[in-house]
Amino acid sequence: MAESGKIDPMHQFAIEPLFGTDHWSLGGMNIAFTNSALYMVLAAIVLWVFVIGGMKRELVPGRWQMAVEYMTGFIKNLLIANIGDKGRKYIPYLFSLFMFILLANLLGLLPLGLFGLHPFTFTSHFTATGVLAIMSFSIVLIVGFYKHGLHFFSLFVPHGTPALMVVPLFFIELVSFMVRPFSLGLRLFVAMTAGHVLLKVLAGFVINSANASPMLGLTVGSASFILMIGISALEMLVAVIQAYVFALLTSVYLNDAENLH
Amino acid sequence: MPQIAQIAETYSSQIFWLLVTFGFVFFVIGLGMVPKVQGTADARDAKITGDLDAAKAAFARADEAEADYRVRDTENRAAAQAVMAKAKSDAAKSSEARLAAADAEISDRIAAAEARIQAASQAAMAEIETVAADAARDMVARISGVDASEEAARNAVKAVLAHG
Repeated sequence: MAESGKIDPMHQFAIEPLFGTDHWSLGGMNIAFTNSALYMVLAAIVLWVFVIGGMKRELVPGRWQMAVEYMTGFIKNLLIANIGDKGRKYIPYLFSLFMFILLANLLGLLPLGLFGLHPFTFTSHFTATGVLAIMSFSIVLIVGFYKHGLHFFSLFVPHGTPALMVVPLFFIELVSFMVRPFSLGLRLFVAMTAGHVLLKVLAGFVINSANASPMLGLTVGSASFILMIGISALEMLVAVIQAYVFALLTSVYLNDAENLH
Repeated sequence: MPQIAQIAETYSSQIFWLLVTFGFVFFVIGLGMVPKVQGTADARDAKITGDLDAAKAAFARADEAEADYRVRDTENRAAAQAVMAKAKSDAAKSSEARLAAADAEISDRIAAAEARIQAASQAAMAEIETVAADAARDMVARISGVDASEEAARNAVKAVLAHG
C-alpha cells in the first residue's frame, strides 16, 4: 500500500529484490533474487513435491498418484489429440510448461495478504511469459526446420491455393505465424494482469468507501466485496484456462511443425 | 505499470530466474520424473487391456469348447443309436435264423414221424392182408372144403380192401 493513503492497484506487480541480493550480477547483468524469482522457485518446488507424490509407481494408485497421473494423462491426451502418436515425445516439455504456468497463476492468487505477505504472480510479467512463449516458438521452429528443412515454408501456402494467390498468401501466413509468440506471451500476461488489477481496484473501493462514510461502505463497499468474491472464483478459472490455452496453442503449433498440413 | 516501468532493471533477473526454475522443472521433473509416472499409467493401461483380451480369449475358448462338446455329444448320440440299431437288427437276424433252423428241424422231425407212421400203417395193412387172406382161406376151406391157394385168397382180400 502506498504511504499516501491511496491504493495503487499496480503496486502488486512491482519487482523488489529480496534478502539484499540486489547487487547480484552475472556477466554484468543484474540477477537479483526478487519476489518474482521467489515465486518461480516456489512454483518449481510445489510442482516437484506434487510429482514426487506420483512416483510410487503402484499398479493400483493412491489418491495422490492418481492426481499426478491424471495430469500427465491429460497432457498426453492433449498431445495425441493434436499431433497424434508422434506427440508423445513432447509430454515432458508440455507438462512442465502447463504445470509451471498453472502453479504460478494459482500461487499468485493465494490470499497471503491475510498474513501480511505479498503474493506475486510472475505470469503477469511479459518478461516471464515472453521467455516461455519464445521457448515454445523456438521448439516449433527447430522441430519444423529439422524435420522438413526448407519445405517447412510450405506451411505458409495452404493446399489448393491458386497460383496467383501464392505470394500474397505466403506473406499473410508468414505474418500470422510470426505473431504467434507475441500472442502466446501477451495473452497470458494480459489475462493475469487484468484479473489482479480488477481485484485490487475493487478492494480499493471497499477500503476507500468504508473510510469515507458508513453509508458508502455498506452500499458501494459491500457490493464491491460481493463482486470480488465472484471475480476471485472467476480468476481461479482464468488461472487454469490460461495455462490450458498456453499448453493447447503450443501443442497446436507443434502439430504444424510435426505434420505440416 | 511496473512491468514496463521496471523493465530495464529487472528483465535480466526475470529471464535468468525463469530459465533457472523452468530448467529445473523441465530437466528434473519433466524429463526425470514425468516419463516414469506416465510409464506407470501406460503399464497399467496395457495390463488392463491385456487382462481384458485374455478374458475375451478365455471366453472364446470356452465357447469353442462348448461347441466342440456339442458336436461330440451329437456324434456320440448318433454312434450310440447306430450301435443300438445294429444290435437290434443283429438280434432280429439271429433270432430269425434260429427260428428258421428250429422250423427246419421241427419239419424234419414231423416228416420223419409221418414217414414212420406211414410205414407202420403200411406194415399194419400188410399184416391185415395176410391175416385176412389166412382167415379167407380158412373160411373157404371150412365152408366148401376147397383148399384155396394162398395167392387167390390174397387177391380176393386185396379186391375187397380196395373197394373198402
